[in-house]
Amino acid sequence: MDYSLIQSIWTIVVMVLFIGIVIWAWSGKRKKRFDEAANLPFTEDDMTSVDTTTEEKTHG
Amino acid sequence: MAEQQTYNYTVVRQFSIMTIVWGIVGMLVGVLIAAQLAWPVLNFDIPWLTFGRLRPLHTNAVVFAFGGCALFATSYYVVQRTCHTRLAFGPLAAFTFWGWQLVILLAAITLPLGITSSKEYAELEWPIDILITLVWVSYALVFFGTILKRRVPHIYVANWFFGAMIITVAMLHLVNSVAVPVSLLKSYSAYAGVQDAMIQWWYGHNAVGFFLTAGFLGIMYYFVPKQAGRPVYSYRLSVVHFWALIFTYIWAGPHHLHYTALPDWAQSLGMVMSLILLAPSWGGMINGIMTLSGAWEKLRTDPVLRLLIVSISFYGMSTFEGPMMSIKTVNALSHYTDWTIGHVHSGALGWVALVSMGSLYYLIPRLFGRELYSLKLVEVHFWTATIGIVLYITSMWVAGIMQGLMWRATNTDGTLTYSFVESVQAMHPYYIVRFLGGAFFLFGSLVMAWNLWKTIKGAQPAVGTIPEPAAAH
Repeated sequence: MDYSLIQSIWTIVVMVLFIGIVIWAWSGKRKKRFDEAANLPFTEDDMTSVDTTTEEKTHG
Repeated sequence: MAEQQTYNYTVVRQFSIMTIVWGIVGMLVGVLIAAQLAWPVLNFDIPWLTFGRLRPLHTNAVVFAFGGCALFATSYYVVQRTCHTRLAFGPLAAFTFWGWQLVILLAAITLPLGITSSKEYAELEWPIDILITLVWVSYALVFFGTILKRRVPHIYVANWFFGAMIITVAMLHLVNSVAVPVSLLKSYSAYAGVQDAMIQWWYGHNAVGFFLTAGFLGIMYYFVPKQAGRPVYSYRLSVVHFWALIFTYIWAGPHHLHYTALPDWAQSLGMVMSLILLAPSWGGMINGIMTLSGAWEKLRTDPVLRLLIVSISFYGMSTFEGPMMSIKTVNALSHYTDWTIGHVHSGALGWVALVSMGSLYYLIPRLFGRELYSLKLVEVHFWTATIGIVLYITSMWVAGIMQGLMWRATNTDGTLTYSFVESVQAMHPYYIVRFLGGAFFLFGSLVMAWNLWKTIKGAQPAVGTIPEPAAAH
């Protein structure tokens, strides 16, 4: 098999793969999972450990 | 079991502090060499202080010391908090910190002494390269080990970007650094001629693409939504532009070798792939900026958020400029001129540094359990940094285009209109403006360091408690 044929096939494979990813990402079934994932940073409060009593608000 | 219920903040704190320290060191060296270009007498006739030796020290310090520490700190923080689990392999995480600091220290000693493999952004000699490999493999084990023991079903998109960065940088470093040692401090690259050049720029451009882009997009995907208080604009877009970025970036390296001995088809391939790269790059920019959609008024009141959003804007600008400069006819004018230096700094100062600093303003209060000392000082930092960047890149645009035009100008009889030294002389005022821009940016960083120091001073290290598994749903 000559080299340019392999390159052509590879180009098609990558293109199909990319279109596949787009269809996969935009299919309605994924919506709930993506919403859950997008909210992962918000599942907890990361300022809970702040000790507000020692806070010095000299500048503001 | 108490330790298992808290996050490993120690290593995050260590890397965060060193991000500030190395940022200032690296930018200080940058300002010094910018001054040397305007006033060459500033090398004081001391070999260790000459531009040729300090320039790699500057690039290594800002990219790998400052940028590297920022990536370690943020990725360790994000991967724990989005996986709801403590960092895997604690001692190995500690080793990545001390090992990385040793790499930086060795770079700071060897580069001014002139010990270099002379490969751009990979100047460090082979023993240090081996140490980098050990640290990086440990980093991968810690990061992916944490992903594996996550207590939530999803892997948050920021971790995809951090993970891609870790894997690709490992591959780039291993391939590009293959060398034959002839003594403890000297080695010769395993590659020669145009193959060497191509591998070097495959490495060099992907160091930009994965170390300085994918990694910092990981930062963006966590800290921008957190600071804005709303989830990322489109999670779907983040998935698609992630894969598009990964598929495309790796091919763009040849645009550094236009009109060289590199085969013409490879140059054209590099150019086309660089142009395509605009789409996934802007996918990330749109996603970051649009996260604020419906909450734009926060920009008025929150200087940290403003810093982050301006960093994404500079990301958008430099990823537009980059593909334009990769077009061969544009490159014929821009290459080897200061336009390239301006482009790099629009990305490095505007995007990489500002997004890191924005995340530091977010991280430090949470790592030490204290509110930020002063939002006013963040405001001062924001404006001095932005003015600094604008001075830097506009002066380098003018300087670079003028240089390019002077070099290509010919008289009617075909001789060159200008000698090289005339173009050097013409650069002088722009080099002064660039030096001022750098000084402004450094000043802003010092303000940040002062602000964060006042935040930390006297504070007890904070403890982050891991939520119960049920919290994930």
